[in-house]
Amino acid sequence: MEKKEEKREVEMISAKEIRDKYLRHDMMPHIFCTGCGIGNVLDYTLWALEKEGLDMDKTVFLSGIGCSSRLPGYIDVDSLHTTHGRALAFATGVKITNPELNVIVFTGDGDCMGIGGNHFIHACRRNIDITVIAVNNYIYGMTGGQVAPTTPEGDYATTAPYGNLEPAFDMSEMAISSGATYVARWGVKRPNQPINSIQEALQNKGMSFVEMMSPCTTAYSRQNRMGSIEEFWDWYDNKTILAEDHERIKQYGSEEEKEELKDKIKVGVLHKEEKKSLSERIQELIEEVQV
Amino acid sequence: MMKPGTYFMEGNTACAEGAIAAGCTFFAGYPITPASEILERMAKRFPEFHGSYLQMEDELASITAILGASWAGRKAMTATSGPGFSLMMENYGLGLMTETPCVIVNVMRGGPSTGLPTKVAQGDVNQTRWGTHGDVGVVVYVPSSPQEMFDLTIKAFNTSEKYRLPVVVLSDEMVSHMTEKVDIPKKEDIEIVERKKPEEPPERSLPFCPDEDLVPPMANAGEGYSVHVTGLTHDEKGHPSIDEETQNKLVTRLIDKIRKNADDILEYEEYMVQDADIIVVAYGSVYRAAREAVEIARDKGIKAGLLRPITIWPFPEDRIYDLAKNGTDNFLVAEINFGQIVFEVERCTGGAANTYLAPRMGGNIHTPEEIVDRMEAIEEGKIPDFKE
Repeated sequence: MEKKEEKREVEMISAKEIRDKYLRHDMMPHIFCTGCGIGNVLDYTLWALEKEGLDMDKTVFLSGIGCSSRLPGYIDVDSLHTTHGRALAFATGVKITNPELNVIVFTGDGDCMGIGGNHFIHACRRNIDITVIAVNNYIYGMTGGQVAPTTPEGDYATTAPYGNLEPAFDMSEMAISSGATYVARWGVKRPNQPINSIQEALQNKGMSFVEMMSPCTTAYSRQNRMGSIEEFWDWYDNKTILAEDHERIKQYGSEEEKEELKDKIKVGVLHKEEKKSLSERIQELIEEVQV
Repeated sequence: MMKPGTYFMEGNTACAEGAIAAGCTFFAGYPITPASEILERMAKRFPEFHGSYLQMEDELASITAILGASWAGRKAMTATSGPGFSLMMENYGLGLMTETPCVIVNVMRGGPSTGLPTKVAQGDVNQTRWGTHGDVGVVVYVPSSPQEMFDLTIKAFNTSEKYRLPVVVLSDEMVSHMTEKVDIPKKEDIEIVERKKPEEPPERSLPFCPDEDLVPPMANAGEGYSVHVTGLTHDEKGHPSIDEETQNKLVTRLIDKIRKNADDILEYEEYMVQDADIIVVAYGSVYRAAREAVEIARDKGIKAGLLRPITIWPFPEDRIYDLAKNGTDNFLVAEINFGQIVFEVERCTGGAANTYLAPRMGGNIHTPEEIVDRMEAIEEGKIPDFKE
């Protein structure tokens, strides 16, 4: 990712200043429901951009279709709101043809893992130098709460009125096994870890994937009898385990502890590796052929 | 681009070279018969001049990637055939809605579905016009020779840049796999058009506010204009809107952008139409047989002529009306489908002439003789309109 050249002095900056600096104010009010976690994800992303000091004139946000895909419209930057599932293919074209641009994609679980699943695994495999921030709310929110490929087995949705019969995809595990070089997952409850992870993702020269577990207080909670945002946050606390703890228990834990791991979702920085991005490889090829 | 000169070249290769000559530096595609030679040529040629080629995971990704490349400031192209073209309909629409210049080559083969992968047909003509959902204005070039695969690919790029839309080069298996003489002109003899850039500074720019020609100037990503591009109905700022007025204004302009500039875009070729009683309308590979058919018919004393649409969309509708009004009694449309352009011709005659069809289902082109037979039967009054 390209940064502004000059050395930046870290200054204290207020949330209002962040909003004034990065948001496209004439697009407000936004479309998100009360209690939705997408606002948190946007907030954390903006803080990460500020910490990293990216040149916003050289930064492009892309998205597909869905609630989270409306995010680029609210940021005052070149923003490309494309078709359902296709943001990563679009981003591939942008990044390969202009490697100078910082390319960031907002996507959702349906957009990325449902209709866009094929583009997702191939973008990971190619190790395109882009940052993907996936808002996983475990349901199709924009269309009114239909079951998603990430909906936990047994949970309810308008199209799974008797409970979801299908097992769920783990997006982060899919990213790792497909070749992404930085993968992290966090709930939206706490800001610091996600901000750091998004910043690390921006720094990684390759495919970076940050999955944000984010509440859908309208479609998901209504059907699964989770009354308020607090219940979601408890759910994240009870359901998740830090990747380091997970590893420790797997190696040294008691049988009981190991049994408990089965129902847990790993959070933290899940994967990191150094690998040449496709842009670098194309550049090398061009130089080779020119010689 | 290639050294100027005369080459013995396959249609698909000429298409790739035309793209390169037009300034295309990004190609994304997915293997498909009978278009794969275009991909192969691009893969080999691109690193030589700082272009990039990607073989994508499918045609959905191919067309989407070229739209991305176009917004990043490059001229970009993809190539496919029927089954892939069907997959591309989604983002063909996105490209039309977001006014993104790029070129899509569709080498037609027999359909429906997987059909006849290695053999010719012309069943996708209406798909290029009506295949994506919603109302659109489109530009489609139909080459009839390897030379035109080169020339019309350049034109397609120029039109796409000038009018800001994805332009289709609608080839067919016969033209694409034909090897023939191709003249590559000198670089300075090739007209190249680049997209209009905004003159206003970013803070005053309305990215979707058109000039008089109905085309808005285009700022690429990374030029400081903070453009929001969306497939949703949008106002001149580019912001999504759900009101009827914005929809009316935008969609009307997208259609009028082509309709009102049709005189500039439209291209067709005529052969012996001045005194013709019967005019054969044919395009693509069939044109080659039709031209010979007209010559044979003339030898037999039939006053035959030929009209070949080079842009099939926009269609030469005024010209057909004029010809029908001014003495042509019959139009015979020879096409490798069960009648697509024939309905267009019938519409354009305004009832002032009869319209007949010489259909073929794909697998091969018409023979000149079968077109002549049809003309004779029409002259003798043996065939009712449209019917077998």
